[in-house]
Amino acid sequence: MPDGFILTLVKALVLANLVMGVFAFLTWLERRLLGRFQVRLGPNRVGPFGLLQPIADLVKLIRKESILPEGISPVLYIAAPAVSLFASLAVFAVIPFGEEATIPGTDWKIFLFISDPSVALLVVFALGSLSFYGFLVGGWSSSSKYSLYGSMRAVSQLISYEVSLALAVIGVVMMAQSLSLTGIAEAQSRDGLWYVLPQFLGFLVYVVASTAEVSRIPFDLPEAEGELVAGYHTEYGGMRFAMFQNAEYVALIAFSAVASILFFGGYEGPWLPGPVWMLIKMAFFILIAMWVRATLPRIRYDKLMSIGWKVLLPAATLNLLVTSAFVAWRA
Amino acid sequence: MAVVDSVKGFGVTFRHLFRKPVTQQYPEYKRPVYPRFRGRHRLHRHANGLEKCIGCSLCAAACPADCIRVVADENTDEERYSAGERYARIYEINMSRCIFCGYCELACPFDAITLGHDYELAEMSRDAMVYTKEMLLEPMHPSRTTPVAPADPFDVVDPGTAG
Repeated sequence: MPDGFILTLVKALVLANLVMGVFAFLTWLERRLLGRFQVRLGPNRVGPFGLLQPIADLVKLIRKESILPEGISPVLYIAAPAVSLFASLAVFAVIPFGEEATIPGTDWKIFLFISDPSVALLVVFALGSLSFYGFLVGGWSSSSKYSLYGSMRAVSQLISYEVSLALAVIGVVMMAQSLSLTGIAEAQSRDGLWYVLPQFLGFLVYVVASTAEVSRIPFDLPEAEGELVAGYHTEYGGMRFAMFQNAEYVALIAFSAVASILFFGGYEGPWLPGPVWMLIKMAFFILIAMWVRATLPRIRYDKLMSIGWKVLLPAATLNLLVTSAFVAWRA
Repeated sequence: MAVVDSVKGFGVTFRHLFRKPVTQQYPEYKRPVYPRFRGRHRLHRHANGLEKCIGCSLCAAACPADCIRVVADENTDEERYSAGERYARIYEINMSRCIFCGYCELACPFDAITLGHDYELAEMSRDAMVYTKEMLLEPMHPSRTTPVAPADPFDVVDPGTAG
């Protein structure tokens, strides 16, 4: 906490609310974009261009009854969405949107990140995996076969893809000689190139594996609505359901942020201020994720496993070997 | 190659992104119906204003959903409703039961009842779904008719895409 306790608290409050606002906007954007991809309009009734649709959805979800189904474990059932949402939001504690900056019109200098631990990347992946506890526990405590299948899929998918994800990222870590996200961003401006070029294979593995990690199409098997009703959140409704959805979107935003830092230089860029570059790069990844959703069908479960273990893992390992050889030669 | 085909798919979706949406914005744009579309019933009149219906109940007999109720009465010289001896004192159609098969239209010997083009038939209560003779008889109350867009329904319909 380089800014002291009070200021950090204020920054955390602002950032968490900003992320929630962006989440609301993203649900609108995704529905509009998916509509246009499918040659229809998408929501356009509430407010100009349907922009107030998220608020209408929120009012609807809040007003719904919070049902506790029969045969559940109440404590786990209620805690699960909170755990997922907390873990997804907490990732933003270590994501830098810039370095030290002066607030315009004043002499106040603040850091554009909440904290910058030297193991930020580990924190990101630890919290990313923690949110799967919410999916697992939520599906387990619902006492429903669909929920159970969904959470089992979520966990086995996590295990298969987390390995490749970590291996893909290690290449970047070795080139940057740092686990800190600011350190990685600065290493890219020091080396004078974005790591997407030397680490292109790692980048591909990261994109595929992180899609599985945030369980979006084509890897949204934990909630495959065609097979499992709604997967692990079948038995959830109202705001608890909204919290699960929220957690997934926030995880998407977080992984887009991490991807921009690891492979596209993060907040480093010419002409524009750092946070603007960061937001542009994040928007790029989020739009790609929506494009993928509009294009690819959900893949079969055994294919998901074989892609994870037979394609991504060898590719990530190869990338790691080549990178370590290169780094050793450079040193 | 599955991978190549998947990449081709991205091109397809990207091209579709720039197409004009085909959505028809319903409450603003009401899609024209075909001439033989079977919508809400109409009870017709002769040119001199008398009702064509003589209350014979053949429509009620033909109705497979049993949604028509007719009670006939005698015309008098003081109160003359239809051209014949008798007229329908009560003519009710329960629109929540009607299946829009058009058998009533076929059964009617005087072409007194036909199925019109109106398709906006939602109501807030079941009681309001029982249409009385006054609601069915021509001329229609303006609020009871569906304005149909002035387009030739056989043409390709322009899907009015505002907003």
